[in-house]
Amino acid sequence: MTTATTVMKQHLIDPEICIRCNTCEETCPIDAITHDSNNYVVDASICNDCMACVPPCPTGAIDNWIQVVSDNAYSIEEQFTWDELPEPQEAPEGAEVVEAKAPAAPTASEAQEQEGDQDLENKPFTAAGASIPPWSAAHPYTNLYTHKNPVTATVVGNYRVTDSDTDSDIHHIVLDMGDTPMPLLEGQSIAIFPAGEDENGRSYHARQYSIASPRDGERPGYNNLSITVKRVVEDHDGKPVKGVCSNYLCDLQKNDSVKLIGPYGNSFLMPNLPDSNLVMICTGTGAAPMRAMTEHCRRLNKEGKYRGKLMLFFGARSERELPYFGPLMNLPKDFIDINLALSRQADRPKKYVQDVIRERASDVLALINDSKTCIYVCGLKGMEEGVLAALKDIVTESGKKWEDVHAQLKTQGRLHFETY
Amino acid sequence: MSGINYSEKIPNNVNLSSDRTLQRALEHWQPNYLQWWQDMGPEASQELDVYLRTAVSVDPSGWAHFDYVKMPDYRWGIFLAPQDGDRKIHFGEHLGEAAWQDAPGEHRANLRRIIVTQGDTEPASVEQQRHLGLTAPSLYDLRNLFQVNVEEGRHLWAMVYLLHRYFGRDGREEADALLQRHSGSEDSPRILGAFNEKTPDWLAFYMFTYFTDRDGKFQLSALSESAFDPLARTTKFMLTEEAHHMFVGESGVSRVLQRTAQVMNELKTTDPEAIRKAGVIDLPTIQRYLNFHYSVTIDLFGADQSSNAAIFYSAGLKGRHEEGKRTDDHLLKNDTYPILEVHNGELREIQVPMLNALNEVLRDDYIRDSVAGVNRWNKVLEKAGIDFRLTVPHKAFNRRIGTLSGIRVSPDGTVLTEEQWNANVDKWLPTEEDRAYVASLMGRVVEPGKFANWIAPPPMGINRQPIDFEYVRFN
Repeated sequence: MTTATTVMKQHLIDPEICIRCNTCEETCPIDAITHDSNNYVVDASICNDCMACVPPCPTGAIDNWIQVVSDNAYSIEEQFTWDELPEPQEAPEGAEVVEAKAPAAPTASEAQEQEGDQDLENKPFTAAGASIPPWSAAHPYTNLYTHKNPVTATVVGNYRVTDSDTDSDIHHIVLDMGDTPMPLLEGQSIAIFPAGEDENGRSYHARQYSIASPRDGERPGYNNLSITVKRVVEDHDGKPVKGVCSNYLCDLQKNDSVKLIGPYGNSFLMPNLPDSNLVMICTGTGAAPMRAMTEHCRRLNKEGKYRGKLMLFFGARSERELPYFGPLMNLPKDFIDINLALSRQADRPKKYVQDVIRERASDVLALINDSKTCIYVCGLKGMEEGVLAALKDIVTESGKKWEDVHAQLKTQGRLHFETY
Repeated sequence: MSGINYSEKIPNNVNLSSDRTLQRALEHWQPNYLQWWQDMGPEASQELDVYLRTAVSVDPSGWAHFDYVKMPDYRWGIFLAPQDGDRKIHFGEHLGEAAWQDAPGEHRANLRRIIVTQGDTEPASVEQQRHLGLTAPSLYDLRNLFQVNVEEGRHLWAMVYLLHRYFGRDGREEADALLQRHSGSEDSPRILGAFNEKTPDWLAFYMFTYFTDRDGKFQLSALSESAFDPLARTTKFMLTEEAHHMFVGESGVSRVLQRTAQVMNELKTTDPEAIRKAGVIDLPTIQRYLNFHYSVTIDLFGADQSSNAAIFYSAGLKGRHEEGKRTDDHLLKNDTYPILEVHNGELREIQVPMLNALNEVLRDDYIRDSVAGVNRWNKVLEKAGIDFRLTVPHKAFNRRIGTLSGIRVSPDGTVLTEEQWNANVDKWLPTEEDRAYVASLMGRVVEPGKFANWIAPPPMGINRQPIDFEYVRFN
């Protein structure tokens, strides 16, 4: 038991953006929000970060979480006098970081998380799903390392995981954290600073990558992790462009050093019970968190500690462009139900993940109806639309109302999106 | 019972299908509503895909669902806040009794009148704003306009449901009439004056959504205290939508000020002519727009002394803003309240029975709220190092309703002769020239991420989308 000072994120309302419409005070279920003639404020001694106030706020002013030393949280009287939000308080040497009081820390708030995130690029889109993790999820650590205290990892492996004759150059990169603590859970991510500077002579922003390794490390029992990186050589319109971070990472050699920050993510997390089921839907490098979850279950399964069902929908242009295709096909059929959606196969109609989800409607429906099932979607931005439409059709055809089921999946932390 | 059933023709969370007569009556009204939307709704916009917020349930988790929708396909419907089974009447003569689930016979006419008056404002503002889409300063603003429009449409639905469900044949007739009166129409204008004024340009739109939709907030807030529970629940949910409208106004004016201040600093000038030459709106013009919209809006609260207001309160039909948080006896029989009158050519306060002054009480609550927001606008100027400060005019300025309607008062509260007023009115209220200048800036900007020269981009996109998100798709 330590008595060291702790640092927490205090829920505050930005007085510069707030329009004093009273919606937050009206929606707060535990009366943690109040106002005077100047400001609307959150009482830190009452607020439990339940997030009920966040979606109804028309301005986003409500969604601010500022680092404070816990003995020094701002009182409502102080907040009444503010014209603008204060700067985050400096953490004293050796302070322990406490993320949020409730497990339901928000996706939306992640976007606002102190200076660290403002310089993050390619943050994933998560809003279509739950903002809370499954109830049994292990508690994640987040933001242990920020711009102020980044850490250095060593490259211990860099392998191409797609066929060398395909255009899709995807790498599996293993980073060793040495003595630096980096507790991670499947579904979390880290952010990496590419070497070099932009045309204005400034360091590049950090880019976020999902962890592809399970919680006990890429190599079990070692403090290492892996990420899945696709080399970017053209933009969405097919114009040649060199991905700043992806090329840097794909070209790394063994023993090179990498500067990184994180971890991030407190809702795209797997349930932590032996009989829970996972439906995983991904394309391309969106396979990373699915690989992490599958590998965690595989290791548990080997010890007879996993009894749930795994169902995977995996989209790519062709088999040879599927990252981890070989190892994936070696998994026993009774362990994981794999469904491939290939969009560029000679003489076959194009298939996307949503088409295959529809083909497996009855099995997917059975899993949706089982409260022990969680659904994860990860891949290129835009795929959430097709997936949601397919899930909606399946549920509607069974006579249930998708809106109800969708709402339930979200409030129970059973449906998660990460698209980028 | 918080989920909204979207599989029905009329989405609702009131189990509409269990009341066939009501369902049929509303289904009969629906095509007329859609026809009204086609005829009087946003111009040349029926085919656009708009990134709209739709409620899927009335609890916090479900009422902010974002997706592309064509406005005529927006699922207008009937959404009431969840029912609190034990709700008690908490003001007036019926204090302590159970809230009414039906309209009591003796209050039927008054309740109907209150609902019709509120309902009439909702389609009116859509009509007032219908041409604004043609001159939007950005896709972001265009989307916000359309969001405001569809929600005003839904607020009409909310009132029409109450009329149909609780007021029989009279209610149905009133519901039809809501689609027949039109803003600014000579033959059948909207009930309240402010809703017959034009909203000719986007500065006027921001001022309208800041000031006039804030009137909506206070009226709905007073109605959400009502002893008539269906009205209280309906207006409670409407308030959550109203907040977005005020946001559009407050942030809109704030962005106009930000851009003007930026240009003033670049040109190092305070000269309105030079500022206009640079294609932005000068601060005195913004002040004149503010004076106009503020004074027209405070008229909406009605006469300063009103026996109707006393009756509505004592009967439990309409409470005060935040009635539940006030600590007096909630009967107000022995209380007084100051109102303004003109005496010997001077304005002075006199005390009148509180019950008769309840319009003034609500107006004063509104004024405090408005002034606080104007101070937030001033912070924008302060931050930019500009000396100019916006102010709200005196309560008696440019009034057309109540005891102050017959007199001429300057923005600082000096009573004037007609000659003095005429000599100065162009300094205080927007002139034809002001309006023509602002109108000359209105040109449509529809490239994602681009903004008209006279307005700054917002600090944050809608639903955390980037600023250059395609908020409206032209097909």
